[in-house]
Amino acid sequence: MNSTLPPIVEAKDLTVDFAAGRGMIRAVCGVDLSLKPGETLALLGESGSGKSVTLRALMRLHPKSAKIGGGIRVDGEDVLALSPSALRAYRGKTVSMIFQDPGLAFDPVYRIGDQIAETVMRHEGVSRAEGRRRGLELFERVRIPSPERRLDNFPHEMSGGMRQRAMIALALACRPKVLLADEPTTALDATVQIQVLLLLRELQREFGLAIVFVTHDIGVAVEIADRIAVMYAGRIVEGGSVRDVIGNPAHPYTRGLLASRAHGTLGKDERLKAIPGSPPDLAAPPPGCAFGPRCESFIDRCAADIPGNLVIGEGHAARCFRAGGANEMAPQLS
Amino acid sequence: MTAIDAGAIVTVTPVKSEGYWTSVGRRLVRDPVAMIALAVILVIVLAAILAPYIAPADPFRGSMVRRLRPIGTPGYPLGTDELGRDLLSRLIYGGRLSLFMGVTPVILAFVVGSSIGIFAAYVGGWINTVVMRVIDVFFAFPSVLLAIALSGALGAGILNSIVSLTVVFVPQIARIAESVTTQTRNRDFVEAARISGASMLTIVRVHVLGNVLGPIFVYATSLISVSMILSSGLSFLGLGVKPPEPEWGLMLNTLRTAIYNQPLVAALPGAMIFITSISFNLFSDGLRGAMEVRQ
Amino acid sequence: MSDVANDPRDRGGAGTPLLDVRGLVKHFGGKGGLFGKPSGVVRAVDGVDFSVAKGETLGIVGESGCGKSTTARLVMQIIKPDAGDILFDGEKVGSAALDLKAFRRQVQMVFQDSYASLNPRLTVEDTVAFGPRIHGASASASIAKAHDLLHRVGLEPRRFAGRYPHEISGGQRQRVNIARALSLDPRLLILDEAVSALDKSVEAQVLNLLLDLKRDFGLTYMFITHDLNVVRFMSDRIMVMYLGKVAEVGPSEPIFEKPGHPYTAALLSSMPSMDPDNLTEEAPLTGDPPNPIDPPSGCRFHPRCRMASALCSHAEPDLAEASPQHLAACHLVDPQSGHPRLAAA
Repeated sequence: MNSTLPPIVEAKDLTVDFAAGRGMIRAVCGVDLSLKPGETLALLGESGSGKSVTLRALMRLHPKSAKIGGGIRVDGEDVLALSPSALRAYRGKTVSMIFQDPGLAFDPVYRIGDQIAETVMRHEGVSRAEGRRRGLELFERVRIPSPERRLDNFPHEMSGGMRQRAMIALALACRPKVLLADEPTTALDATVQIQVLLLLRELQREFGLAIVFVTHDIGVAVEIADRIAVMYAGRIVEGGSVRDVIGNPAHPYTRGLLASRAHGTLGKDERLKAIPGSPPDLAAPPPGCAFGPRCESFIDRCAADIPGNLVIGEGHAARCFRAGGANEMAPQLS
Repeated sequence: MTAIDAGAIVTVTPVKSEGYWTSVGRRLVRDPVAMIALAVILVIVLAAILAPYIAPADPFRGSMVRRLRPIGTPGYPLGTDELGRDLLSRLIYGGRLSLFMGVTPVILAFVVGSSIGIFAAYVGGWINTVVMRVIDVFFAFPSVLLAIALSGALGAGILNSIVSLTVVFVPQIARIAESVTTQTRNRDFVEAARISGASMLTIVRVHVLGNVLGPIFVYATSLISVSMILSSGLSFLGLGVKPPEPEWGLMLNTLRTAIYNQPLVAALPGAMIFITSISFNLFSDGLRGAMEVRQ
Repeated sequence: MSDVANDPRDRGGAGTPLLDVRGLVKHFGGKGGLFGKPSGVVRAVDGVDFSVAKGETLGIVGESGCGKSTTARLVMQIIKPDAGDILFDGEKVGSAALDLKAFRRQVQMVFQDSYASLNPRLTVEDTVAFGPRIHGASASASIAKAHDLLHRVGLEPRRFAGRYPHEISGGQRQRVNIARALSLDPRLLILDEAVSALDKSVEAQVLNLLLDLKRDFGLTYMFITHDLNVVRFMSDRIMVMYLGKVAEVGPSEPIFEKPGHPYTAALLSSMPSMDPDNLTEEAPLTGDPPNPIDPPSGCRFHPRCRMASALCSHAEPDLAEASPQHLAACHLVDPQSGHPRLAAA
């Protein structure tokens, strides 16, 4: 897909450190990302894996106490070097974001239509009428029923799924090139989640958006993404096309996640193949590979060195010493 | 922090975590502002307790010839008042009554107000509504006005001043107690205790008190400064302590005639009220901060 | 290993369901709001019947607002039903034979939010020992029981007994909640989205634990979740709820393989595909789940249903047999209903 185009989002050796108690916690640790226009990358991980922190770093949405290292280039601009005014223009115009909780995007005391119009006016210097016209167009586009009337709603007057659609409309108001999505469907019922995923897929095709989609749900990642990056303890442990990562997982963590899923073909009284233990404490990570203590393929070297990125196939790589020869251990997918 | 019956639990647990209050204490110690405020409070309290041993002179013995001496007069480091009494000694002794009259109403109101608020919130329903509406009536009056009106009605005197200030603070504490208890009683762990068949008293004792007394206590400490100022104000108006007892509010009143002769001396009791109340306030802020991190 | 059939507390015998719920109704509000302004009645649970056999797991699924959590709280007697009876092992709850306190010893619940359901001021062992203590066990016996249960749920008492809730992970906290629920030796455990907030790698551990505990303690489960994969794995029978009513109930295999209610079919096809070559192309349902205030007339699902006919908008379907022991409230499973699609088929 668009293999000749240069990447629109590129992060090199991204690190994010937070001040915590006595010291610093490294929440993101050497993440490389590259995304082309019209492409969707899913960042898949559990709580504390650094997936949301990575996403926020792309928009520089961190408290001042956080330190971002490495490099981020989006649409040719060095994001970490942007001046405050350039950053304001960057947010919303080049990159915009949708959240799990639409409450973060909307001000509860203003009408939704006015908030969208306001955003368009601020970024593009157009009239209020033009801003509202754009709002109506977007509401129709995200398929909110009776859009004209809904523009005059306050956020609390909408149901959960509709608020999520309105937030997508707001995010797309200034025709951004990159959409960052932070678990936007996690709080929704499955019946509504699939509607929002299909809508995002459709909008992406139409606007040629690049989407970075953070989720903890493999199924959601498969539905929305072209490529998946699996994160664990601040690192991308495996990255590749959806087909490669799901069909031929190389990292023991990815294999564990797939195998531990409850699914239809399990027999009665069968047990799930759970990954033992729990995710590491980022304040005191284990030496070597952070997944080592939970890994069934653990070898002594895993506790000594941090594994590098081992290329397994075209565009498919994993941070595991045993990734190359481990393919035959992959579970059969139903 | 008693669990079910902490004394009876004999099993030794090898990994004993630090309790909630230990961790609050640890964070509080790291807060320099709160620690300085605490030090100031301790100095004032100690001075008041040890007044007979550290006061340089008798706070009641005046001298008609040495009235209104300035600060730094030999033998009278902080000067003398309008009756020639040593001001330093009177300030040290004055701390006894001022602190007592400032802190006692808050303690009494803490006990009474918490009981009312926790009871109303836990029982809930129309009883809660009635209790809280009655409490709201008190909020219609500014606390200064209410204190003066009550003191005026009861008559001057230390006891009456304490009673009227207690009445002023009970509704405020009851309202806070009601709101934190309402929050707590709706948490899942209270529900879990209820479905395990615990009686209301047990639930309140084990699950509610431990979670609500802390926030109420913090709020109460912030009232000490208000209480100090109000009780001094009552004395200043002649509704609290009677002369010749040393008390900062009363001293401020009697020295006000000297404001043009010895402004610095006349301001000293006021400075003491200010320093003490702001110290209580800063300490209370620090305590709140230390308690907010994690539940 | 205890056996459900040989439980000394058994009264009704193996044929009597452990839990039998009949005509359960709960409406919220509607008495006229502030200043007498009439507010809508939320028909949270509107005539629900079901039973849970001894030793089985009944899974309850549905969208938000379908009444599944309210049903759990009604069974638990945390809220009072407006109508309906709850029979436990053949005895009516609240009757002379089975008072509330005796009932509560036998039914316990695990909540979704592992943190909110633990008292932050109590250590893990004090939380687990609380139940036995208030039911008259000595302090040392309660603590011994707590340590035994912590061990059974996979938390080594030597390491965890003295910890506070904020010092342990979400999965460990949920294990404490399970130990607490087991501390009164219940026969029925209600799990209300008990694994929904956990990370996926931890969720599998807790599900395995629940299977082990069910076998070891001879438990019966009511398992409430929105995750259909999980409910299929855990449940013997499944009840699908929609707007306060039972849409479909029956053994889990037929429900997943050949759902009788169009709503169940829509729920199943809303699950994300795990196959990159076979992605979902069309959302099975449009719009959000409707509000249980003023539910639609007739079949409550008809405004969202692709199979709906004029009949569905005025006649409410009763539960009818779709396959043996498998009931669905849809005119299409009742050959006598007169639904036009039946004639066409």
